[in-house]
Amino acid sequence: MRLAIALSIFLLIAGAPARAESDKEVEAHKVVLDLAGAFSNDGFKMRDGHWTGTLKSKEPALIAVNLYAGNHYWFSVGALEPAKKIDVSVYDETGRQVTTESYNEGERAAAGFSPTSSGQYYISVALLEGAPSSFCLVYSYK
Amino acid sequence: MNRWTRLAGAAFVFVCCTLIGAEPARLPADQMAKAIRNDSISIPTPGELFAALSKPGKPNWSGQIRGPIPTTYKNRPQIALNLGGLIADGFIAVEAQDSQQVKNIGTDIIKMAKALGVSENILSRGNSINEFAENNEWDALQEELEATQNEVKSSMQSHRDQDLIILVSVGGWIRGTQVVSAAVLQNYDERSAKVLRQPALVNFIHAQMNDVSPDMRDDPLVKEVSDQLGGIEKLVTFPPGKAPSIDEVRKVNEAVGHVMDEIQQKSENK
Repeated sequence: MRLAIALSIFLLIAGAPARAESDKEVEAHKVVLDLAGAFSNDGFKMRDGHWTGTLKSKEPALIAVNLYAGNHYWFSVGALEPAKKIDVSVYDETGRQVTTESYNEGERAAAGFSPTSSGQYYISVALLEGAPSSFCLVYSYK
Repeated sequence: MNRWTRLAGAAFVFVCCTLIGAEPARLPADQMAKAIRNDSISIPTPGELFAALSKPGKPNWSGQIRGPIPTTYKNRPQIALNLGGLIADGFIAVEAQDSQQVKNIGTDIIKMAKALGVSENILSRGNSINEFAENNEWDALQEELEATQNEVKSSMQSHRDQDLIILVSVGGWIRGTQVVSAAVLQNYDERSAKVLRQPALVNFIHAQMNDVSPDMRDDPLVKEVSDQLGGIEKLVTFPPGKAPSIDEVRKVNEAVGHVMDEIQQKSENK
């Protein structure tokens, strides 16, 4: 787990991202690595790829991912103050919400599930309380 | 209508409302269409694909290792496509726990990355791959391979070689799918076969390929791969939850095998 986090942080510092990330987005990435690192203790491998953006009230961010039946996934999100409470939910390719295990702790949240069908899913990240803020999404699988 | 009938009617309406209320939330189609799709998060790694394939039973990974491929291509799109395929080979060698193969593939990855002019930082990745392979640190190797792929893509981004990024992803997906479909054919199991259903993913990478610069799009190899992807998208479009039959898997394997041959062998024509 420590190696995964160390590698991710190294890339965070050394790697040129697909677009220049703001300092706050880099900070949000550090927050989410700390949360996702906990899943590594249960044998989950953390994807090196991530998404950062700005979370606004009543405007959930929606990110498309492609998943494989048989794997178990956790989608972790970290946001910064002034966000107070965020939520992560998952939808299948028809737009129907999927039942997930959930973790919520203020500006950090995660959702986990095992797809029974391979294909496209949507990760929705919503700001429930607080003001707009930077956020970062990473996911882990096993 | 007596009191009991009215009460029963009210109860029926209440139950219906409750059931309707219990329906899971749905996303509107226009929102799904506008979802963020991005190379770094929307395209799964070969490691994710191979993890799913291994769930019902460990495939014969050693049998999926291919012989060395040329590392002296001159054509940049072809180098990028083969680099993606080589990274997928690295994941296969890790699954097979073959440290010598991992080291050989690591060396070839660095050669090809340097041929594309990516950052010198990649050299240290080669050293790490060798070190982890020497010590049989398989989990660390998977992370290092993914990190290497991302570093190559980041370097391409900063060198304004954006168009090559999608080619690395395409090469990796095609090689990964070739290996997975071959493994499923060797030992057919519905659960394993289900991993081949990825219509949206193929649609996304196909759309990205159509979005490259006109010069790149006119490259004969890029054009051919892009044309083939249209057909492959149809071949991997199975109904949700339904496993493809062995014949459907064979068709996928033949189609991706054909594209992989083209990617590997076009250099003499350039």
